[in-house]
Amino acid sequence: MAIQPLAIAARTLTNALGRGGAASLGALRRGESGLRPCDFEDAGLPTWIGRVAGLEEEPLTGEFAPFDCRNNRLARLGLEQDGFGAAVRVARDRYGPDRIGVFVGTSTSGIGATEHAYRQRDPITGSLPATFDYPHTHNVFSVADFTRRWLGLTGVAMAISTACSSSAKAFASAWRQMRAGFCDAAVVGGVDSLCLTTLYGFNALGLASTQPCRPWDVERDGLNVGEAAGFVLLEWAEPGDDRVLLLGYGESSDAYHMTAAHPEGAGATLAMQQALARAEVLPEQVDYINLHGTATPLNDAAEDRAVARVFGPDTPCSSTKGWTGHTLGAAGVTEAVFVALCLEHGLIPGTLNTRQRDPKLDAGVVLENREHPLRTALSNSFGFGGTNCSLLFGRRDI
Amino acid sequence: MNPLAVEAVGLMAPGLAGWTTSQAVLTGQRPYVAEPMPAAMATLLPANERRRVTATIKLALQVAQEAMAQADIDAGAVRTVFASSGGDSEILDKICVALTQPDRPVSPTHFHQSVHNTPAGYWAIATGCMQPSLSLPAYDDSFAAGLREAAALAWADQTRVLLVAYDLPPPFPLVERRMIVAPFAVALLLNPAQDYRLAPLRLESGANQPANRLDDAGLEQLRAGNPAARGLPLLCAIARRKAGRVVLSDGGVSLSVEIEP
Repeated sequence: MAIQPLAIAARTLTNALGRGGAASLGALRRGESGLRPCDFEDAGLPTWIGRVAGLEEEPLTGEFAPFDCRNNRLARLGLEQDGFGAAVRVARDRYGPDRIGVFVGTSTSGIGATEHAYRQRDPITGSLPATFDYPHTHNVFSVADFTRRWLGLTGVAMAISTACSSSAKAFASAWRQMRAGFCDAAVVGGVDSLCLTTLYGFNALGLASTQPCRPWDVERDGLNVGEAAGFVLLEWAEPGDDRVLLLGYGESSDAYHMTAAHPEGAGATLAMQQALARAEVLPEQVDYINLHGTATPLNDAAEDRAVARVFGPDTPCSSTKGWTGHTLGAAGVTEAVFVALCLEHGLIPGTLNTRQRDPKLDAGVVLENREHPLRTALSNSFGFGGTNCSLLFGRRDI
Repeated sequence: MNPLAVEAVGLMAPGLAGWTTSQAVLTGQRPYVAEPMPAAMATLLPANERRRVTATIKLALQVAQEAMAQADIDAGAVRTVFASSGGDSEILDKICVALTQPDRPVSPTHFHQSVHNTPAGYWAIATGCMQPSLSLPAYDDSFAAGLREAAALAWADQTRVLLVAYDLPPPFPLVERRMIVAPFAVALLLNPAQDYRLAPLRLESGANQPANRLDDAGLEQLRAGNPAARGLPLLCAIARRKAGRVVLSDGGVSLSVEIEP
C-alpha cells in the first residue's frame, strides 16, 4: 500500500535568484541565471558561484545576535519570505508549538565563523577570539536551533547532515517522525551558505568549473557552489487535498567510494525505485525529473545511467543547477520547492547553460523550458559518502 | 508506542573498552576508572584505508563493528543512523588552518572527510551496505535525537537499525569553545520485532523533564562531558537488566525510555 502522503502547507525559497519563491519562478521562466564570477570574500578562485546578495549587510540582532553568521543570516532571510512565518503561526495554533518538529539539512552550517576566527587567533596563545561563539554558529545543529527559536517551536528538532542529500533526507526523517508520533507537523528545511571550506575544497578536488555549470553538456567540466535557504511546512494530506503532496521517498547508500558516484548509478537507481514503490507510482506516470545534475563529468554520467535504467529515455528531466549553482545541503529542499512550483504552474524547466547534450548520455534531458501540465514529479539529491535520496511529489486535483 | 528491542551494543571510551568488559562498571559493581582507551582498531576497514582515516572514523566504526559482531547478522542488510554533535573536528581544524595559509592549500582528502556522514560512508563501503543511512547532529542532545530517528526508521520500515553515536574532544583551539572531556562511542542494534536478546525499550517523547544523572561521579562527568555519553543512563539500565525508566534530556522535548527486561 502507498504511504500516507504529506501536504506542503507552505513553502519558501531564497537563493541566488532572489528572495522568495516568485523570484525563483520568474527566473526559471525567463531563463535567467543567478550565477556570477566568484566574488565571495577574498576567494581568488576562477570559478562561478550562486551568491545571495545582501547577506553581508544584514546581521542578526537582539536576542538572535549570538546566532549571527552567514548561515543563520541566510536562514532568517529564508524564513522571512513567502509568508512562511505566518503560516507556521497558524500551524502552531492548530497543533501546538511542541508538536511541530524541525528538520533542517545543512552540510557546513556556520563553519564560516570558524574560518574567520582562525584568522584572528591570538599570536601568543593560539586561542580563538573572544567573540567567536561556536554553539550558535559553527555547531552543525545551530541552524536547526535557530530555526525553531525563530519560529517559536518547542518540539523535536534536529539537523540532518549527509552532505548534498541533507535537506532531501530531511523530508524522509519528517515523514518517519510524524508517523512515529513524535510530532504532528514538520518544518523541513535546508540552509547552506558560501564559505571558503567548500569553495577551496571543491577546487582542490578539481570539481569547480571555471564557467557557469553545464549539466549533461558534452563539455561539462564541473559544478558551481551556490547558497540557499528553503523551508516547507508539512502536514498529513487530507481527502481531496489539492496541495502539492510528498507521495514517496527513497534513500540508499552507494557503498562504493567517498566522493565518486557509483559508475552505474546503482545507489541512485535504488533511491528512485524506492520513492516510486512507496508512492505506488509507475515510472511512466512520472511527468518530470529534477536531476541532481551537478555538471561534474562523472556525477552526471552516473545519474544518467540510473535515470535511463529506471525511466528510459523519454521522461523529461533537467538540472536547475545552472540557475542556482549547487547549493549543497540546501539543494534537496530548493529543488523540492522548484518541483512544487513546476507542479503548480505546469512548467518543465530546461537545463540552463547546456548547449549540446552529451551524446553518450541517454536520459531525456530537456534544454528549453516547456509549459506542460504536470501531475507527478521526482527530485534527486546525492552526496559525498555515497548518500542518495529521491523525493516524489504530485498533485491529485488535475 | 511499540517496543523496540536492543539486540546488541558496542561501546568504547576511556575505562569502557567494549560492552561485555564494561558490565561491572555499568551495573555499579565496580567504580568507574578512566583508564586509557585502547586504540580503536576498526579491523573491518582494509589496512590501506585504516592508515588514511581519522580517530573519529575509527572510533565510530569500532563500536558499530562490535555491535554487529555480537548480533552475528549481515551488516549489509542493516539501515544505520549516525549521531554526532561535532563530526570530525580534527579534519575541520586542519581545513581551517589551511585556509589561513598562503594559497589556502585545503587537502582534497580532508575536504571529502569533512562531511558529517564520513563514518557512515566508510561503514557502507566496508560492509557493502546499500541500505539508507542518516547522519545527524543535535549538539548535546545528539544521542537522544539519534535514538528517536533510529526508532522512527525501525518502525516505519519494520527493520533493524544500527544507531552509532560518537564524539571526540576537538583539538586546540576549538576545544576551548567546545569542551568534550573524553572520546565516547556507542552503537545499539535496534529491532522492532519481539525476538530481542537484551532489552525492549519503549520510547516516549514529551514535555521537558530533567535528564537522569549517574551516581558514579566519574561516569557522571563522562555523561555530562560528551554528547554521545548522554546515553550512559540507558546503557546502565540495559546492563542491569531490571525494569526502569530513564530520561534522556532533549532540549525542548524529553525522550524518556522505559526498559522492560
